[in-house]
Amino acid sequence: MDETLLRSLTPSVLGILVRRGIDFAAAEDAVQDALVEAVRVWPADPPRDPKGWLTTVAWRRFLDAARADAARRRREDLVDEEPAPGPAPTVDDTLQLYFLCAHPSLTPSSAVALTLRAVGGLTTRQIAHAYLVPEATMAQRISRAKRTVSGLRLDRPGDVATVLRVLYLVFNEGYSGDVDLAAEAIRLTRQLAAAIDHPEVAGLLALMLLHHARRAARTAPDGSLVPLAEQDRSRWDTRSIAEGVEILQAALARDQLGEFQAQAAIAALHADAPTAAETDWVQIVEWYDELARLTGNPVVRLNRAVAVGEADGPRAGLTALAAVDDALPRYSAVAAYLHERDGDPATAARLYVEAAQQAPNLAERDHLTRQAARLNALRRR
Amino acid sequence: MAKYLLLKHYRGGPATVNDVPMDQWTPAEISAHMQYMRDFAARLEGTGEFVDGQALAPEGAWVRYDGEGRPPVTDGPFAETKDLIAGWMVIDVDSYDRAVELAGELSAAPGAGGKPIHEWLELRPFLSEPPTITE
Repeated sequence: MDETLLRSLTPSVLGILVRRGIDFAAAEDAVQDALVEAVRVWPADPPRDPKGWLTTVAWRRFLDAARADAARRRREDLVDEEPAPGPAPTVDDTLQLYFLCAHPSLTPSSAVALTLRAVGGLTTRQIAHAYLVPEATMAQRISRAKRTVSGLRLDRPGDVATVLRVLYLVFNEGYSGDVDLAAEAIRLTRQLAAAIDHPEVAGLLALMLLHHARRAARTAPDGSLVPLAEQDRSRWDTRSIAEGVEILQAALARDQLGEFQAQAAIAALHADAPTAAETDWVQIVEWYDELARLTGNPVVRLNRAVAVGEADGPRAGLTALAAVDDALPRYSAVAAYLHERDGDPATAARLYVEAAQQAPNLAERDHLTRQAARLNALRRR
Repeated sequence: MAKYLLLKHYRGGPATVNDVPMDQWTPAEISAHMQYMRDFAARLEGTGEFVDGQALAPEGAWVRYDGEGRPPVTDGPFAETKDLIAGWMVIDVDSYDRAVELAGELSAAPGAGGKPIHEWLELRPFLSEPPTITE
């Protein structure tokens, strides 16, 4: 049984239930129950109409739960009969679910968890494993998130930017568990792109595809990071790159530039270079200028300094770096790189050590420590 | 979405404000302290921010490899070891500010006289997975 296919039905089934007037939290529970049931029953007895099957089972589960609830509260005013399946504009339902699960009243971690469960159809256990927290903690995070959004009306138009931020987080900060969160983020963004015509949604999808294409080349067999310039480009996924580039070009043609399109453009220029030496750094600097204009994010100026160093030489890079706040994460790593290229290995080694101490993750720390060790070994010769 | 370690020290940190050793508290004060810690952990589980919490015995040994085919060498405890870890709590929170806020609350656990200990807790970020998007 294709679990991804099963999970792709989650948002539309949930949307149908919510449109029948069920409270979001109860509907979401019922859909989860139906998914679990499908995993149990389908391998032996696959339904002809998977979505209809899921909707029926979820609806019954809701009625069971509602009856039990009503019995407890001595309230019997709930609908008993299954309503005739009405017209199902599933695209709108799916879209509203994305908006609800990324609602600004949720914290980023709650929005991520709720999106993965209610839109992605992942179980609480899978999400807990993926983020390395106990299942009980994740269950609480999700149920609080559901309570937070339960009172909100689904028909209010949402802000697509909040949804994109959540999907970006799922893609970029995913741990490696038994669920491939990067692939899941791509699936959810693809589904969103099918539901709404928006150049930034396309931009984010392109960005994800272009980065995902390099995944196999990003780590050595021992798990260490391989920097972009040293990656074996024959291991890049050319189909994924081609798709990302095509989506990006169509988005850019609409002339409504946004930060994800600009980021994707930078990724596309890297993907387009047959060798690291052939990278079009001049154009990349221009895209960083666009990105700085669009976001005002200081990290952009740090990355821009690297690009300037490649386009106009390390001196120019160091000059660009001088205008960047030195308290930014990875500032020392960038400074170390530029000083080495500027022919100052002593300063570079010292800065690499500093950068390793400030590294936010183990793989980067090890990489930076190795850079320092490499320079120190050269200097001892 | 970042994990932090809240490290509680038996000794080694700066002196606390309410600096009375636990064996000088009343039994009720000790119970109140333990209850506060349990309630704190339960509350964090409720907010979806709790990952782990463990206490450590103060006595431990040092162990090291002693060469091929030889059993490991054990030694200690060393009285001169300044730093002594009492236990930890691991939290998963949205921001550094939230981690500081929670550490502050944990540090307010009651001690002698039922007053907050104002104990210094060490707050250490976990090294995470590298992000996918780097340039």
